[in-house]
Amino acid sequence: MRPTLQFLSDQLIEQIIAEGREIMCKLGIEIHNDLALLLMHNNGAKVDKTASRVYFTQSLIDNALAAVPHAFKLYDVYGNEAVDLSGFNVNFTPGSAAINILDSTTNKFRKPTTQDYVRYAKLMCKMNNIASQSTAMIPSDVHEKISDSYRLYLSLLYCDKPVVTGAFTIEAFEIMKNLQITIRSSKENLKAKPLTIFSCCPTSPLKWSEVTSQNLLDCAAYSIPVEYIAMPLSGFMSPVTLVGTLIQHTAETLSGLVMSQLMNPGTPVLYGGSPAFFDVRYETTPMGSVATMMIDCAYNEIGKYLGIPTQAYIGLSDAKALDAQAGFETSLGAALAALAGINNISGPGMRDFESCFSLEKLVVDNEICGTALRLIRGIEPKEDFPSLPIFEELLREKHLLIADHTRKYFKEEDYIPGTVISRANRSRWEEEGSTTVGQRAMIEIEKHIKAWQPTNLPDNVKKELTVLMENESRKYGMTKLPNID
Amino acid sequence: MNILQEISVQLQQGNPKKVAEFTQQAINENIDTKTILDNGLIAGMAVIGEKFKAHEIFLPDVLLAAKAMYAGMDLLKPLLVKEGIPTIGKVVIGTVQGDLHDIGKNLVVIMLRGAGFEVFDLGNDVSPEKFLETAVKENAIVIGMSALLTTTMPVMKKVIDLAKERHLYGKKKFIVGGAPLSADYAAEIGASAYCFDGMSAVETVKRFTTTSS
Ligand code: B1M
Repeated sequence: MRPTLQFLSDQLIEQIIAEGREIMCKLGIEIHNDLALLLMHNNGAKVDKTASRVYFTQSLIDNALAAVPHAFKLYDVYGNEAVDLSGFNVNFTPGSAAINILDSTTNKFRKPTTQDYVRYAKLMCKMNNIASQSTAMIPSDVHEKISDSYRLYLSLLYCDKPVVTGAFTIEAFEIMKNLQITIRSSKENLKAKPLTIFSCCPTSPLKWSEVTSQNLLDCAAYSIPVEYIAMPLSGFMSPVTLVGTLIQHTAETLSGLVMSQLMNPGTPVLYGGSPAFFDVRYETTPMGSVATMMIDCAYNEIGKYLGIPTQAYIGLSDAKALDAQAGFETSLGAALAALAGINNISGPGMRDFESCFSLEKLVVDNEICGTALRLIRGIEPKEDFPSLPIFEELLREKHLLIADHTRKYFKEEDYIPGTVISRANRSRWEEEGSTTVGQRAMIEIEKHIKAWQPTNLPDNVKKELTVLMENESRKYGMTKLPNID
Repeated sequence: MNILQEISVQLQQGNPKKVAEFTQQAINENIDTKTILDNGLIAGMAVIGEKFKAHEIFLPDVLLAAKAMYAGMDLLKPLLVKEGIPTIGKVVIGTVQGDLHDIGKNLVVIMLRGAGFEVFDLGNDVSPEKFLETAVKENAIVIGMSALLTTTMPVMKKVIDLAKERHLYGKKKFIVGGAPLSADYAAEIGASAYCFDGMSAVETVKRFTTTSS
């Protein structure tokens, strides 16, 4: 039996959805996008153009819900299936778009560079419990107008996993889409085998900006999957109660859903978000708050109820160092999210309110993800009945270390972490240098990066990607991309 | 307790009705307008600021106090204008061009207003020209810029460079804030100060407006 977690009854889910829909229809949603307003108007919504406000209709919402796919898959750069976003399947992906990186040598926060990004992408190839990569940080050594597309370019070049990403401007979508079409060789192939997911954010409360709504429409036009990232902040930009925040999250997310499905019915999406229970002491948006995590798991239940695969920013930490807080917040989030069956869990590697990435934390979090993935496989009998033969063997042999039964199941029954987690006795730990988790993580990082092998993407495709990126950078006066190797 | 202390205490308790009542009473008693402002309203907000910094009270308490402050200010404002008493300082503020994050900036605006500053909030996605033109038009000493994206931080430098071009640089103070910012970056682009939260913005603006007056 797969263990699961549930916060909402069906009745409460229905009430929350009904309220969210009523808000969409009666209060309306502000959408700063002419094309979206036109689409809404043509499909029966009342549109107040001067206020950029759309009053949805119940049938508009019903039609979108009828059109949205209940599941979809992501494929790696070669076109092999890599991520299954359906049912209660759980996939981890690193936290995305960090402003800073924690420098392992100086232990200081600083802006990431191309070198950092490449090290990250190489490391991601070896993170066996993290199914996709994300464009985890923003290299600061290229022109700011290409810093969103450039990170996608580096990811596609150095790691074969599919990518969770997003654009910062309307213009950036073009090159980010073209990089993907180059890999798949045609628009049709990209549609058949999605390579990326784009994060598109409504602006709480109840608004869509021009940039993010246009990104959403552009993605729909190419059937590129989108995850809606509504960020209601409880007690500040949304009601303080978890239910009130969920109602707002529903209205903001469903408004995105209607836009996507009007633009291109059947376009794949994730019912996602990054809400937070606002911290009124420090004026921050804590990801490690238990209320934040509960909102995430609960809207995932609403998404599932509506038949839409889900996403959340959970399994990350607000800690500034690789300390006990980092471990506790990340583990609690990852475990809750996995139990709740959130399909795409964005978090590993991230600290400091989604703003600082750390390779050391990524390596530790990979173990947390492995642990969570084991947890949800639950407890199943495996040649345990009848039980007499194995106990006879135990009494006879005095141990089961080399028993067939042991050898067959021991890797399945527990999750065996890498050396970053210390399970040695104290003497051995001392003999091996009395290392901290951070020091062991640094060793792992260097080991993995050293063992990295170039991906098997054909050289001509890699070259084409580079030409595209160079052309884009030239538009902003950069004649040369930073040196990589 | 004298009437000015009453105003301060009621303000700290976030009671706009009482603040308005006592402010009106102080006006009726012919207490000097500037004294009511400084020793009643602003004194109350200063205590709130200290308590917030010491983690004794939280953001909602500050906002409630700010709301109570406005109730008193509404009564004092016409008198201040009539008597030609300048406000304690004017600030032009906005989130820079290309950036839509305005939650932090909005908090800073509330805190500055609560501390008695006259704030011209330009919203988000604000062009360099707009920052400077408004500051000149309103004769504001401080220009406040917020950015949350690494991709929009450079716009702050554009504002400062444009100010240099327009010979405004020495005449205005530029404060910057937002998640990707740092004191180092602020210094690098020639900003006057980096502020990490609303209260630090209030303190910095106070420093700049007192020095310039
Ligand atoms: C003038 O003087 C001063 C003085 C002090 C000043 C000041 C000015 N300005 C700020 N301060 C200071 O005082 C304030 C009060 O204490 C503080 O302000 P803050 O703003 O820091 O604090 C607020 C009170 C609470 N904090 C916040 O409101 C920001 C929280 C995070 C999670 C965040 C939010 C909420 C949002 N976002 Co966005 N967002 C993130 C943020 C993560 C983070 N760690 O910051 C960040 C900044 N966002 C990011 C991104 C990528 C994006 N976001 C986007 C959109 C949004 C929302 C609309 C959903 C929402 C903003 C809603 C709004 N009305 O502002 C998009 C941007 C579109 C655009 N062009 O602007 C989009 C591009 C995502 C997308 N693909 O759609 C990332 C930036 C990446 C980067 N390297 O630049 C990000 C770090 C999250 C992440 N890891 O993905 C201080 O900084």
